[in-house]
Amino acid sequence: MANYIIKRLLLLIPVLLGVSIIVFSLTRITGNPAAGYINEKMTPSQIEMVYEKYHFNDPVLDQYGYWLKGIVQLDWGWSKTAAMPVTDAIAYYFPATLELTLISISLAIFVGIYLGIASSVRRNKPFDHATRVISLVGVSLPVFWLALILQFVFYYYFGLLPSGGRASNTYYLAQTLPDITGLLLVDSLLIGNLGLFKDVLWHLIMPAVTLSFGTIAIVTRIMRNSMLEVLSLDYIKTARAKGLNERSIIWKHARKNAMIPTTTVIGLSFGGLLGGAVLTESIFSWPGLGRWSATSIKLFDYNSVLGFCLMVAVIYVVINLAVDVMYAYLDPRVRLE
Amino acid sequence: MAEDKIDKSQKKTNDLQAPASPAPSFDFDPDALMRELAPRIREFKNSISLFRENITALLGLSFVIFIILLAVFAPMISPPTSADPMYIPRDFKAPKPPGADGHILGTGNWGTDMLYGIVWGARTSISISLFVVLTGVLIGLVVGSIAGFYGGKIDNLMMRITDIFLSLPALILAMAIASILERNLENMMLAIVIVWWPSYARLIRAQVLSIKENTYVEAARAIGVKKNRILFKHIIPNSISPLIVAATMDIGSVVLVAAGLSYIGFGVSTGSAEWGRMVSDGQAWFLSTVYWEGREYTASWVVLFPGLAILIFTMGFSLLGDALRDILDPRMRR
Repeated sequence: MANYIIKRLLLLIPVLLGVSIIVFSLTRITGNPAAGYINEKMTPSQIEMVYEKYHFNDPVLDQYGYWLKGIVQLDWGWSKTAAMPVTDAIAYYFPATLELTLISISLAIFVGIYLGIASSVRRNKPFDHATRVISLVGVSLPVFWLALILQFVFYYYFGLLPSGGRASNTYYLAQTLPDITGLLLVDSLLIGNLGLFKDVLWHLIMPAVTLSFGTIAIVTRIMRNSMLEVLSLDYIKTARAKGLNERSIIWKHARKNAMIPTTTVIGLSFGGLLGGAVLTESIFSWPGLGRWSATSIKLFDYNSVLGFCLMVAVIYVVINLAVDVMYAYLDPRVRLE
Repeated sequence: MAEDKIDKSQKKTNDLQAPASPAPSFDFDPDALMRELAPRIREFKNSISLFRENITALLGLSFVIFIILLAVFAPMISPPTSADPMYIPRDFKAPKPPGADGHILGTGNWGTDMLYGIVWGARTSISISLFVVLTGVLIGLVVGSIAGFYGGKIDNLMMRITDIFLSLPALILAMAIASILERNLENMMLAIVIVWWPSYARLIRAQVLSIKENTYVEAARAIGVKKNRILFKHIIPNSISPLIVAATMDIGSVVLVAAGLSYIGFGVSTGSAEWGRMVSDGQAWFLSTVYWEGREYTASWVVLFPGLAILIFTMGFSLLGDALRDILDPRMRR
């Protein structure tokens, strides 16, 4: 197992190098890479210094070398949007996104698996049809539109949920927001402020539902199909024949094996989730990586956009590695070598 | 069943006629052609009848036909008022509710006619998705079949390249590419194509790998058929149906990604007939109160209709793709 993980981590190096080549080429293909560091108030000698400092006069291969060295040493350039270095900006915006995506992915996993199992058991009954319609709509809905419609219904029409932000303005104004782990749900519990906890939770509902809706749909669909496949296997017949109650057949015997293809899909759909975060965070004014990168796009701030992409690539690759490792736990037939 | 019987009887008459009139090989012989095509026609009729029985397939098809009709008859439904049909006619006033002043779906930001945007947006969406999917399929087909058929170093290199592309989420990579290019529709399509082809390449490669182990390919090789002919005549036609299914479903997904990109600000300029852009333009007025003929309205139509159009488009193609999978894959239906 340990060998496998080490081998996979080593295999990540060429992939990440490839990603870095793509991102680097993107910075150099069009326009002047120095544009982000130069403004009209600079004298020619100052501009010359910028060129010297960032090696823009050197051959492209050397430039890549310097650039890669910078990436490895966590020097990802300057983010105009956040007015701080890109790595600092990522560290600053990361907790908000982490909180949102963690809640969304858990929502997607639990709801998706439950709906998938429940509809496979009630195959071709009204519940099954309803679930299939919902999952079809879920994969066809534009995330940003769903967000706006939810705002219309739950904020404007019913007035149930706040329209955006991580917490009510009063907490921001009074500057009483705790900053221990950066995850407000955890922090509010750590300082024992239940009112804040409820407030944060209330703010999380709409963005989390928006972000997870598509993933719920995908997980439900896959879980339903693999449950149907598993339920027709011999060992389920055996379990029924020996008189095991239906409940434990479905939730213990069948579910565990049906989880295997679902796990892959969850890993892969994490990418869609991170992409959706850009749209969801902008609409719900969620102060995370997604909104930061969306703002950077509007301000033509390449360093930030590409830094965000690099960060997402690393997260995505690592998560899919984790999923592969989890395989061995879920399916003992899989031998990691 | 009735169709089957007719087919069989036709085949019999063909068989009877064939020896009576032996045609020279260079002459066009409709009977021989019919005889050769008969099983294919039967297969096609069978597929059609399977399709007819499938309610969701029909629903998907009707969505798709609806959108295509909108696109085809766009100049008749909403005649363009300027040289550039992408420019939505506008009166630079606050949005009006649906039905007001001859605007069936109301007006949006700067008083743009919503119906015009939706109708011409259908054209935009169809051209974006067809371009992206067809180009992607073409690149994927070339790369995937070469990698799968020839194997070895070429295969390894090509698959590592697709690995790199697939290690980035589609929307975010497209965002990165689009962010450094000039912001217009062509560059947005280019960005999506760059993101899209690797998955087709993977799909075709996997198909080719499994198909080339079949006995009929071995047989072709044994009788000395050239490598290229084996690839083009025997392997690719047999490995293409999952690609068709994936491509059909992706026509919808491409529109989702494109709408997302133009929502953030890539692609077409503001006020253009593109659904994602229309949602983002409409957001300026979404949920604000507008007045028309002394009555108060909450502007929800500015966002509602373009989003619904995206939903119908994507759902139509995803349903159609589902149905195609059931029909094209004989193992799934018999």
